[in-house]
Amino acid sequence: MYEVIAFYIFAISTMVLFTITVMSKNVLYAMTALAAGMVMISGFFFLLGADFLGVVQLIVYVGAVMALYAFSMMFFDATKDIKEKHQNPSLAFVLGGLMALVFVIMFSAPIIGENIQALYPVGLAEGLGAFGNAQDVGLVLFTKYLVPFEVAAVMLLVAMIAGIILAGKKMDYSLTECEASDKELEDEILKGGAK
Amino acid sequence: METTILPEVTALGVIIKAILILAIIAAIAGFGTFIERKILAFMQRRLGPMYVGPYGLLQLIADGIKLFTKEDIIPQHANKVIFAVAPAITAATAFIALAAVPVFPDFTIPFVDIYVPSIASDINVGILFVLGMMAAGLYGPLLAGMAQANKWGIIGSARTAIQFLSYEVVTGLSILAPIMMVGSLSFVDFNDYQTDGLWMVVYQPVAFVLFIIAGFAETNRTPFDLLEHEAEVISGYATEYSGLRWGMFFIGEYANMITIGVVASVVFLGGYNDFWIFPGWFMIVAKIAFSFFFMLWVRAAWPHVRPDQLMWLCWKVLMPLAVVNVIITGIVMMLV
Repeated sequence: MYEVIAFYIFAISTMVLFTITVMSKNVLYAMTALAAGMVMISGFFFLLGADFLGVVQLIVYVGAVMALYAFSMMFFDATKDIKEKHQNPSLAFVLGGLMALVFVIMFSAPIIGENIQALYPVGLAEGLGAFGNAQDVGLVLFTKYLVPFEVAAVMLLVAMIAGIILAGKKMDYSLTECEASDKELEDEILKGGAK
Repeated sequence: METTILPEVTALGVIIKAILILAIIAAIAGFGTFIERKILAFMQRRLGPMYVGPYGLLQLIADGIKLFTKEDIIPQHANKVIFAVAPAITAATAFIALAAVPVFPDFTIPFVDIYVPSIASDINVGILFVLGMMAAGLYGPLLAGMAQANKWGIIGSARTAIQFLSYEVVTGLSILAPIMMVGSLSFVDFNDYQTDGLWMVVYQPVAFVLFIIAGFAETNRTPFDLLEHEAEVISGYATEYSGLRWGMFFIGEYANMITIGVVASVVFLGGYNDFWIFPGWFMIVAKIAFSFFFMLWVRAAWPHVRPDQLMWLCWKVLMPLAVVNVIITGIVMMLV
């Protein structure tokens, strides 16, 4: 019974929060609602017994991804509303509605078919609770999904190197340690242009 | 080690436990301010609060009354909803993190026979849950700074984002090496691992030091309290806050200090195992109290660091050290 109550609380709050994210004209509201919605989604993982995934959802989406959004928020005046530019509202409405419909049909199809099966049922393979959550995820990740896992790792490495190259110009100069006499050098670093 | 069969945990027991945590930790947070002022005064050869009550003990009540009756100011151009929510986020995440750690010893209430567990919610991934909740805690200062339409606030929240994000990496990596040795993410398993053998700090001294340093940064304690460094950014994210709302940030910070103390004691310092003639509950309380005292001690002894020094320390010293520590641990575990 507790699970049902908790499920409806999480479901309703997730939908309300993500609606605020989409509808609000204030960036601060949108960001706060998105972050809170991510927390609520982790609640579903806990309800389903996938503790590890729930915590990963918390750490990755709430702790890391959303904080990066917050970084970019520093460049805006977060207390003012944004004037939105609607080029073609009816087109956006039709496309958005169709997308939502397609997703609902896609995700509800297995319920009608009733023949969806897990190929590698986690936690059930060796009897219920043979391994912990983290071990289960590790087993699947390093057997069935090894190639996608490695490809994702390489992609992240590429992205990291690209990021370092893009941001790494003049990193051996420190703005803080510039003397007053180094005014030209400081200007040059701030411009980031000529060597 | 013989396994003792514990009574069943009921919903009522968990609720009682939650209320206990809330009441006692919040009270300790209030008392912690008094202890902090006394210890800082002792270390700087001052007396600290002396006038109200014996040894200034009633200063606590005076401060409390002041905090409760202060005018609650919300700046004109601030985003009022977010401004009001932000302190609650700090306090809430700090207390939610305490739900997954062993705080007080377990006991059974006599006559009504309700078993109150040591851990309110004994989930299998306790350590990750605490880290995740502390990660979510960064939204308190962050949103507070951005909602208050104040330049110091914006700088404070920018520093929050940088500092907490950077040091989360060090906390996670440093605690990974003990996790590899124990092979579990549960606090109970960590405690049991150290029952017969030596404390984890003997095997993982580097990880322990890194965790403590990162803990200072994550709880916003003095060598790394750039979020509200008075000399640079007035009060940072808390510039416009007054009265009870400010008090909630404060309680959250102290609760986080206790959480870090609990995690350090259970993961590295032998947990709630019996030691010599001392029972387990006394040992865990003593360890948490010492880590609390240690944080005050460091505050009295060390000056602030600059923001660029903070980033340099995190990304060029601590993170490589943590990674090397994880790799060496892995190699040793493979060979032995």
